[in-house]
Amino acid sequence: MTIAASSREKARRDWGGRLVILIPALWLTVFFLVPCLIVLKISLSQTMIAQPPYVPVLDLAAGWPGIKDFITRLSFDNYKILGSDWLYLASYLRSLAIATLSTFILLLIGYPIAYGIARAPRRLQPVLVMAVFLPFVTAFLIRIYAWINILQREGLLNDALLALGIVREPVVWLATDTAIVLGIVYSYLPFMVLPLYASLEKMDESLLEAAADLGAPRWKAFWLITVPLSASGIFAGVLLCFIPIAGEFVIPDLLGGSDALMIGQTLWTEFFQNKDWPVASAVAIALLVILLAPILIYQHLQMRAVEDR
Amino acid sequence: MRKASLFNVTSVALGLAFLYLPIAILVIYSFNASRLVTIWGGWSTRWYVALWHDQAMLDAAWTSLRIAAISATAASVLGTLAAVVLVRAGRFCGRTMFSGLVYAPLVMPEVIIGLSLLLLFVALDLDRGFWTVAIAHTTLTLSFVTVVVQSRLLTFDRSLEEAAMDLGCPPLKTFLTITLPLIFPAIAAGWMLAFTLSFDDLVIASFSTGPGATTLPMRIYSEVRLGVKPEINAICTIMIAVVAVGVVAATLASKRSARAL
Amino acid sequence: MVEGNPDGQAARPLVRFEAVSKRFGNIVAIERLSLDIFEREFFALLGPSGCGKTTLLRMLAGFEQPSEGRILLDGADISGLPPHRRPVNMMFQSYALFPHLTVEGNIAFGLKQDGMPKAEIAARVREMLTLVRLEGFGIRKPHQLSGGQRQRVALARALAKRPRVLLLDEPLSALDRKLREDTRFELMELQENLGLTFVIVTHDQEEAMTLADRIGVMNGGQLAQVATPSDIYERPNSRWVADFIGDVNLIEGRVVSSTPGQTIIENAAAGRLRVAQATDAVVGANIAVALRPEKIQLDTTAPRPSDENCFAGRVTEIGYLGGVSIFKVKLDNGLDMKARVANRRRLTEQLIGTGDRVWLSFLPDAGVVLPQ
Repeated sequence: MTIAASSREKARRDWGGRLVILIPALWLTVFFLVPCLIVLKISLSQTMIAQPPYVPVLDLAAGWPGIKDFITRLSFDNYKILGSDWLYLASYLRSLAIATLSTFILLLIGYPIAYGIARAPRRLQPVLVMAVFLPFVTAFLIRIYAWINILQREGLLNDALLALGIVREPVVWLATDTAIVLGIVYSYLPFMVLPLYASLEKMDESLLEAAADLGAPRWKAFWLITVPLSASGIFAGVLLCFIPIAGEFVIPDLLGGSDALMIGQTLWTEFFQNKDWPVASAVAIALLVILLAPILIYQHLQMRAVEDR
Repeated sequence: MRKASLFNVTSVALGLAFLYLPIAILVIYSFNASRLVTIWGGWSTRWYVALWHDQAMLDAAWTSLRIAAISATAASVLGTLAAVVLVRAGRFCGRTMFSGLVYAPLVMPEVIIGLSLLLLFVALDLDRGFWTVAIAHTTLTLSFVTVVVQSRLLTFDRSLEEAAMDLGCPPLKTFLTITLPLIFPAIAAGWMLAFTLSFDDLVIASFSTGPGATTLPMRIYSEVRLGVKPEINAICTIMIAVVAVGVVAATLASKRSARAL
Repeated sequence: MVEGNPDGQAARPLVRFEAVSKRFGNIVAIERLSLDIFEREFFALLGPSGCGKTTLLRMLAGFEQPSEGRILLDGADISGLPPHRRPVNMMFQSYALFPHLTVEGNIAFGLKQDGMPKAEIAARVREMLTLVRLEGFGIRKPHQLSGGQRQRVALARALAKRPRVLLLDEPLSALDRKLREDTRFELMELQENLGLTFVIVTHDQEEAMTLADRIGVMNGGQLAQVATPSDIYERPNSRWVADFIGDVNLIEGRVVSSTPGQTIIENAAAGRLRVAQATDAVVGANIAVALRPEKIQLDTTAPRPSDENCFAGRVTEIGYLGGVSIFKVKLDNGLDMKARVANRRRLTEQLIGTGDRVWLSFLPDAGVVLPQ
């Protein structure tokens, strides 16, 4: 094999490599990045009864003056609306509050479960992980709907409470914040348990034995050794839950009331009911900006996880 | 020796009970002869019969199945490519950007993804319907496939690839005949995850669909808003059964091939 | 330094490293290393971890590219060739058997890449299985084999293509002691009978000494010495090599007289040493003498004559190893020395105990003068 032939082969390999990178990169750019930019652009537009229902529309055929005209007609009006109307601000704050509370409860409930699975006999662990994962796989919508069965006024929970004599009348569970948080915790539990389990499972048992040998009681060993070592799992689980929960739509829509909306619902309403695309876009961009810090942290963690290996 | 304390066992048991209780109730009530949840009317399959005659529901189910299969396959191909890039390509110009694009959909609220894709389709003047939903679902589930395949690639023993090359196999052929077959279980798991996410999705489908392409979740959602309907319990039970059987079968199959590996 | 052919012939080397360097970022793994390996040689690369021996092996296989220098195989520059085009095969430390292929499939893999006809492949595979004594195991999969059996499959797979050079990366490290010793002899026989060139990387001195025709001792990315096992042991070319291989006593001193065939060194504290070896050092220069423990004679009374090559001291420690005993002696002048004595008689008690006064003596040709 000559040097020339092998360098030709190397060149072919390089181009092959670039192609492998390009294919997914192109897909994601077109179907993820560009749409986000479009949302940004539309958030700066005004609504109009037209198809598409907003102006200005970028007409590249109009050339440079067309572009200039387009830019001058962009405005931050929609953001001003968001900032001034208490309804929107309340919606954002409410979403963040519910997301924080839910994530906290998820961590509280999810950690013992993940820890329990990690301590189970090795052969049983994959089965348990599958068992936690299976509900997630069986249709999100269905499971939320299932809670309606339970929580409605004539539902099972009230039946049980009445039968046990804990309450004397049916309690209103649906259309409350409690129902929303319950639904969220129920749906996102696998998202918290699985990353926690992944990092707990890797932990070396002998570290706890060493701690005990050095005089630390079990609870202390837990706080000083187990928890810090599972930090990466905690971060991943928290971020994996908090960020999507903040923008959640289905759960508050089905289980919550109509008086106070989460931001996902606001966006949906603006878009589908008010047909106000620009404002909906502005809502989306504002949400993205709020969530930007956690999203970037998550990216950073993911990249570090790959590089560490 | 791993010793699980009573607390550990209880937490796992309670956790699983919490997760499965609503599902169990759903399944049981799909056989409830009575319409109302509070009254048990005896065992009956009338709702399944009613379902069989509900053409709209069946159409929606068929649409969802097709979209899920197509988008899962596309997502598996793209996701595996992306995983290979992230694990093997080392540092290249634009790596941070690439990573960002791949991992972002994992945490992005679905309403944002849905809205942005719809706006794209409008800007491109694309007719919205079956294919736009498929594209949208592919984009959403691609990242999940990447995470699953990437985790397998990271633990893959590279000396197997070196041995193959040492014996005369060129790099591309090595990847196709040695690496790919051995990471296949992960790709299959990714496919199943993508299928489920697509089959299950309401928000993104609602944004990116058009006339004539109603997915099952969309259909169920519109029915649910009108109140509890027993046929829904029936279709849900069927969905759960199908998925559960599929997952269990896949796990058994992968266990057998894993033992051989 | 390019070392010559052990048979003294001016033969062309099969493998030649020409001033090869390898850098990983800022770390220099190998520095301007030149080495010749000859045909039908069993060559060992020996050294502590991190010395670069595995990197050198991988460069020969093609998995790493030299940052500088060339690698020649049979006179042709293979530095730019990718691994799948080199007539060199490697047996991996972890065996790297393909889990989804049978034993036959693994062995046939390389032959299939070359497009060999099916009948020939089948014949060659049978030949290989017989060679490594695994007839009948062909249809098994790697996970159904024991560690020793997997190792033999890895060997068969690497030999199937009849490579010009076979590389072995710590091939025996995963085996237990008894199996390791048996396999060593098998490897030696195989190499002799097949007439192949083997290059082995190991950190186990005993292994290198047993297996190799020549050893290349590496340290910090460079070759410290390349010679036959006996030369390396009896005639180390530096303090580091003397210390690295086996046990050694290093005695510093000043050259008192230097004649062709003999050097006399005086250590102010220890006494006079006569070494039957010439040295380049001038009279008055500081020099070191390496003395292997087994070449020292231990006596409980002063031998005659006792003015040179004889030191007195007290026993501080005795290490009983079954076949031999290692005596640690503190000389009267404070120097510590080790002597290794075969336990020729079965005794319930040692004749010499700790605290006893002993005399250490040795012959003039027992010591080696080390260059500075």
